Amino acid sequence: MSAQSRSAAIVGIHEYPSRDVEGRVTPLQIKAESAARALDDAGLTWRDVDAIYDAGEAGPMSGFMISEYFGLKPNVIDTTNVGGSSYEYHAAHAARDIAAGKAKVALLTYGSTAHSNMARIGVGGRGGAALSPGDNMEIFTGMTLVANYAMVARRHMHQYGTTSEQLAEISTATRYHAMRNPQAVQAMKDLEFLDIRETTIADVVNSRMIADPLHLLECCMISDGGGAVVIAAPDVARNCRKQPVWILGSGEATKYPENGGDITTSAAAQSAPQAFGQAGIRPAEIDIAMIYDSFSITVLTLLEDLGFCPKGEGGRWVEGGRLRFDRKDGPALNTDGGGLSSNHPGMRGIFLLIEAARQLRGESTSQVAGARLAVAHGNGGMLGSRHCAGTIILGRD
Amino acid sequence: MADANRPLPSLNEADTGAFWEATRDKVLRYQKCDDCGTVVFHPRRHCTGCTSGNLSWHTASGKGTLYTFSVVRQSYHPFFRGKVPYAIAWVDLDEGPRLLTNITGVTDPATELTCGQRVTVDWEEHEELNIPLFRPA
Ligand SMILES: [Zn+2]
Repeated sequence: MSAQSRSAAIVGIHEYPSRDVEGRVTPLQIKAESAARALDDAGLTWRDVDAIYDAGEAGPMSGFMISEYFGLKPNVIDTTNVGGSSYEYHAAHAARDIAAGKAKVALLTYGSTAHSNMARIGVGGRGGAALSPGDNMEIFTGMTLVANYAMVARRHMHQYGTTSEQLAEISTATRYHAMRNPQAVQAMKDLEFLDIRETTIADVVNSRMIADPLHLLECCMISDGGGAVVIAAPDVARNCRKQPVWILGSGEATKYPENGGDITTSAAAQSAPQAFGQAGIRPAEIDIAMIYDSFSITVLTLLEDLGFCPKGEGGRWVEGGRLRFDRKDGPALNTDGGGLSSNHPGMRGIFLLIEAARQLRGESTSQVAGARLAVAHGNGGMLGSRHCAGTIILGRD
Repeated sequence: MADANRPLPSLNEADTGAFWEATRDKVLRYQKCDDCGTVVFHPRRHCTGCTSGNLSWHTASGKGTLYTFSVVRQSYHPFFRGKVPYAIAWVDLDEGPRLLTNITGVTDPATELTCGQRVTVDWEEHEELNIPLFRPA
């Protein structure tokens, strides 16, 4: 094993509890409240923060807008926006900036009122602002977000024999975890899920088809929500309230439609080797897999690309409930209930870091005994066409 | 207010407008580099394979293969919600470009389509341009 760098750690986390704010708070307010609670969690205050990472989801020109709103004068301002994977990029950049001596305490925040705004993230059309060249070639097709992912699933089935029953394993495992998480159960109540209980494979494959071959129970919810993560240098981390969760490795990559390309392989196949290589560990050593579950096929594809199993074997690999937290063969998948059954306000990446940190601290509602290593993998954009991958490897002392 | 018509591409978009201009004559065009042979699609001004940027337009036969597809059953778009269920697909043209399109000429796309099947262009006519949809060959 290579000399593992432990130069930055997650020291504070907060997940905003409500998934339906009924229009009573703004995304900016969710960000600020989450930041304050995450700083409390760490035993730090606003004055300790010297680096801000912001995807701009709550307003334009976030580099100065968010600093003013929080009342901070940071030395490092990073406004990377790569959709739902933004927070893995922010964590990677914060670790890099802290290791370089540019900052001591980094603050990442997220806030969204997608549900209150009735944003039809999954089945809306495109349009509006000036089109990119790529969009100008595709605007006429009636593409929906679900259909984009469904086309990956269709090709995966064609190429490797993957079945809907195998894809349903992703949904049943995350719901199994959601039912143990009171926040997730409340979320499903607030969002008026019809049947709030553990699901079976049959439940998933018999649910309504949204875009073939993806069924309703293979699609994430659309909630309100947000959260915050505080990342600090070792000398700060050692004096925080909770045990540090070290950032051991990171990787970034992008992929887009390519003539003759393989849609069943995502940008994660490029980002994961960077992250695992830097951390000096293998996927088989991972206890906790926090993988962006926008749809069932997202997780199946990413499990393969992260290196948990060879390309094309994901369907067979997940069979039999393997991804549940109480199984020995693991890894445990999305132990908070995931975007499928707990929290998806549009850009879920920050929750992957938060639940991974909970597990490595021993605070999860589906706690894996003795969990030592976690991967958080964010996918931003659309898996079947243009998207970004951000992989973060986390470990405890 | 959004209207209930198919959303159409812009003829003025800097990189792809020339592609759509050619569709007025039902010509399906793509770019290829004179120097390195790279097929460039979507259209743009530079070659993605080398730095020379000597791209020429070529005409595709309109024949290709269905790479993958989905059948959309739920849409809130004012035009497409009246079209469900409809098939959306990535089609690989024989000349190399992969384009996103809809599949026509099937009554039940969920059972009549398979990855790898042959398709051919089926132009949908509009005033200022035509739209390259595809149907089973
Ligand atoms: Zn060239």
